[in-house]
Amino acid sequence: MPNVRVIPCLDVDQGRVVKGINFLSLRDAGDPVELAEYYDRSGADELVFLDITASSDDRAIMAEVVAATAQKVFIPFTVGGGIRSNDDARLMLRAGADKVSINSAAIANPGLISDLAHEFGSQCVVVAIDAKSTNDGGYEVFSHGGRNASGIDVFEWSRRAESLGAGEILLTSMDRDGTKDGFDIALTRGVVDLVSIPVIASGGVGTIAHFIEGAINGHADALLAASVFHFGEITVKAVKDELLRSGVSVRPYGS
Amino acid sequence: MIVVVDYGIGNLGSAHKALKSIGASAELVDSPRDLSGVTGVVLPGVGSFGACKSALKASGLESMVLDAIGGGVPMLGICVGMQMLYEGSEESPDVPGLGLVRGRVRRLTGAPKIPHMSWSQIEYINRGSESALFKDIPEFAWFYFVHSYAPEVTDDSIAECGYGNGFSAAVSNGKIFGTQFHPEKSSNQGLALLSNFVAFCNREAAS
Repeated sequence: MPNVRVIPCLDVDQGRVVKGINFLSLRDAGDPVELAEYYDRSGADELVFLDITASSDDRAIMAEVVAATAQKVFIPFTVGGGIRSNDDARLMLRAGADKVSINSAAIANPGLISDLAHEFGSQCVVVAIDAKSTNDGGYEVFSHGGRNASGIDVFEWSRRAESLGAGEILLTSMDRDGTKDGFDIALTRGVVDLVSIPVIASGGVGTIAHFIEGAINGHADALLAASVFHFGEITVKAVKDELLRSGVSVRPYGS
Repeated sequence: MIVVVDYGIGNLGSAHKALKSIGASAELVDSPRDLSGVTGVVLPGVGSFGACKSALKASGLESMVLDAIGGGVPMLGICVGMQMLYEGSEESPDVPGLGLVRGRVRRLTGAPKIPHMSWSQIEYINRGSESALFKDIPEFAWFYFVHSYAPEVTDDSIAECGYGNGFSAAVSNGKIFGTQFHPEKSSNQGLALLSNFVAFCNREAAS
């Protein structure tokens, strides 16, 4: 098994980190750059910025955030939210992002995955999938921040994304997101075992044990969380120490 | 002055930003410039071997890079920038590499996942533990990798990564260095490696 990555996710609105971050002794806890530096020092393996700004007119603000972060943070980071074209992706990559994540735009136009992979390389194309369980025990893909049912099966879509050139899948369980009940292990394992590209598990983390489950039972290549890190309930170091104790290979804190 | 070669592919600015952050004098160059005052060249690269090599040539920067090396300027290739130092790659069999180090780039074998996208440890081999590039960097340090192809281990390799069946994680031949991993994305150890390269360039320029 490859070394598992631990990834904090930051929601950014109009250039500011949102979702109450109040634990850190930062000068400005809403400043994405300061938070990114904090997580780099904390041993995070990567970061994800999710731009939740409603208006696409404000996309330039995100590019400024990316550029400022890239001056000071030297671990990989992904930018998602509102990327609909190669031009949008180029803006973020030139600003300093290592990868872009696409979701609704890829569902509407799957060719975007191959367009991005062709121009920038698969390694910087992350396809984000919001998955919701269905009555018959399957999982359906939702778009537009989980508002719109697409009618597409999550496993089919994962395989298609891979074949179109995605370099990674960011898989979020909508059922678990925000519940602190842990990752949806059946969903995660189903996708990880189906595709050969790395899969980031997301949605539902509440305890350190959930990270261990995600890696060992879910087979996830990377584990993403937001609020448990931001509220200081769990540190990246504590997660990594426990993963190592459980026999999961990770880059240890402080190395 | 270290020049970072920007031939228009993906995010090649990160190495430049990392060099600036450690206090190096560095410039991102997207067209050939004269080499006076240039103490080192950094050649990054992401995407496919063929696309990088074609873009490097089309930009006119390939001859600048070769002139610099011919003039004894130290060089560091990163990721596909390292791969281009070799004779060629399985990824783009019809496209010759720069041929500055012996050996070829091959698709990863025996790997649990391709692409290899994770932090991994490296092990010094051949002259690795004495290399200027790894000064004060402990054995088995962790670096960030993202790639599907990698150079085979040869006598010029100075570090190996054991992912899958293993591959050359770093190479050196005279004043030419390369890393398959991304020092500019490997936090403190990566910045330490870049500082070592800059110090090497400064010593060479002074000698």
